Amino acid sequence: MAILEQTVAHYNHWVMIFLMISGLYIVVARGNMVKKLVGLGLFQTSVYLLYISPGKILGGTPPILGEGLGPYSNPLPHVLILTAIVVGVATLALGLALVVRINESFGTIEEDEIFAEEDDT
Amino acid sequence: MVLLTLMAAITVGVVRLRNLFAVVVLGGIYSFLMASVMIVLDAVDVAMTEASVGAGVSTVLMLGTLYLTKTEETRPAHTPLLPLVVAGITGIALVYGSFALPPFGVADAPIHMHVAPYYLENSLRDTLVPNVVTSVLASYRGYDTLGETAVIFTAGIAVLMLLKGRRDVKPGPKRKRVRR
Repeated sequence: MAILEQTVAHYNHWVMIFLMISGLYIVVARGNMVKKLVGLGLFQTSVYLLYISPGKILGGTPPILGEGLGPYSNPLPHVLILTAIVVGVATLALGLALVVRINESFGTIEEDEIFAEEDDT
Repeated sequence: MVLLTLMAAITVGVVRLRNLFAVVVLGGIYSFLMASVMIVLDAVDVAMTEASVGAGVSTVLMLGTLYLTKTEETRPAHTPLLPLVVAGITGIALVYGSFALPPFGVADAPIHMHVAPYYLENSLRDTLVPNVVTSVLASYRGYDTLGETAVIFTAGIAVLMLLKGRRDVKPGPKRKRVRR
């Protein structure tokens, strides 16, 4: 029973950790730059989960005030993550623009092939 | 809980697949699932933003990049043993740390004790906006939002500068490197 209780209490954390290390693994292990950016996105969304899930109160309502509602979930993480999502898409756009430029200069978006080409010149 | 498990399954797909087109589309599905999870977690504003920005704009940007580059990933030359070990150790350390966190969904966790009650009590009086997320975003932390807008503006300018003058070079595989 203790194990089941722990699982229910921390399942959100564990999924968050799994997403986070998958993102980390993709960024480190994969040489393709678009894949790296997808991994970065995975890592980022796991952080959203890390922020939002502690703010939830079981049986609570979204933080929109009204008669007879409540308890409200914590609004502060929502605000922070809204900012993070929008900044995230800005960095993603910048990264993808860099990938397009790299593809133009080298004709490839694989890290290993770029290193090989640099060694040749 | 089911949604979270589905998300983990999709992540496995993203890690294993080598066709970038499939990876990007799976990323879009993943973002929609994340938006559903956010609704379950009472973060309706975040869910809306994630569905439009994460699943919509990001996917379109990715697909545009794939159109300009290529959609197949080559097989990695070296074994992924070291990254696996690093990721595994990080994961174990984080799981160990998670036992010290307060359990999911309790109302007396430390996060609900400090700033949030002030916003919940005073925001209707201060700003006359019933949605607390809006009032915090636009009023209490307005400078934060201004900074965020500045970041997006900078990123937009940087993208334009990077892609400027792109049209005068012919795209093609294995071109000679251009010195700049």
